[in-house]
Amino acid sequence: MRIINFLKSRPFIQSIAAVAANAKIFGFFTGKIWQGNSKVVCVPGLNCYSCPGAVGAWPIGALQAVLGGNKHNFSFYVVGILILFGALLGRVICGFLCLFGFIQDLLYKIPTPKLKVPQKIDQPLRRLKYVSLAIPVIALPILLTNQFGIAPPYFCQWICPVGTLEGGIPLVLGNESLRSMLGFLFSWKMGILVFTILTSMLIYRPFCKYLCPLGAVYALFNRFSFYRMNVDETKCTGCKACEKKCKMNVEITKNINSPECIRCGDCKSVCKQGAITSGFCSRRQTEVAA
Amino acid sequence: MTKRTRNLTLYAKYGLLAVGVLFIALGLLREEQLVVLKKAVKICLECIGVG
Ligand code: SF4
Ligand code: SF4
Repeated sequence: MRIINFLKSRPFIQSIAAVAANAKIFGFFTGKIWQGNSKVVCVPGLNCYSCPGAVGAWPIGALQAVLGGNKHNFSFYVVGILILFGALLGRVICGFLCLFGFIQDLLYKIPTPKLKVPQKIDQPLRRLKYVSLAIPVIALPILLTNQFGIAPPYFCQWICPVGTLEGGIPLVLGNESLRSMLGFLFSWKMGILVFTILTSMLIYRPFCKYLCPLGAVYALFNRFSFYRMNVDETKCTGCKACEKKCKMNVEITKNINSPECIRCGDCKSVCKQGAITSGFCSRRQTEVAA
Repeated sequence: MTKRTRNLTLYAKYGLLAVGVLFIALGLLREEQLVVLKKAVKICLECIGVG
């Protein structure tokens, strides 16, 4: 029973997902990235495709590549993949399948004082991730191109700390020619990475809450996805133990399918009444829960 | 949740699934997957903070 519980636990599933997305481990020793055809497929979570171990593409980078190229101003392929992932799972991907989400979970476990961001600051900051999706990921690659109609992946270049962590550091360590090219951009990105790591020790998943454009996409789907959570009002006593437990600060009793819920299941495990359920709801289940 | 919103959510779920599959098929027809592959198999210097 204990083994089954372990296999079903979130850290175990997160570890498996992290290894599966970075299965080409030998790349870390050679300082090169995998160049196989599997990279035509996008992985669901944030996993830089320039990570030496990466076996797939990361959807937000792929979206910027198509939008910033000179052939198309819209990517049916990548948007279709995002819709499919979002409609099926919503932010289950954030809770269980994203490597950077997992890294932030681990950083938050480091015993340091924890900060609670006041609601007045937290609420407006949560909208920043939609801005980060709309401007550097979508608008700039379409509008700000060079004379050949090509644009760099602005979000990855100037904001994302993951490329530095997963790609930059291991590749620069293992590749002499890359080391000779380092300049201002690398220092800037190292600064962002260090800041993200430090804040992740103090605040639960700051990058997910405030900046991640992929999280913003999946947040839009939480209300409609096949995977859903429900609070059974006939069982709920209103004690709000679940809301005290939730590190994403979701108002569970009001809206458990909030865009901010990463489906971690902490609330479910703390509810003594068993009022919270989750899963791939059929029509009947939805009706009963409603 | 009223019956109307419940039904809308249900249609939205299946509708989104269908749109997702349709979009992927359209993207494949336009060969967008090749752009994705080309980007993903080369080290992205901007992404890693070098270029
Ligand atoms: S919000 Fe972004 S970084 Fe966080 S878990 Fe979701 S996809 Fe990953
Ligand atoms: S509402 Fe529950 S499942 Fe969602 S983030 Fe909060 S604790 Fe996790």
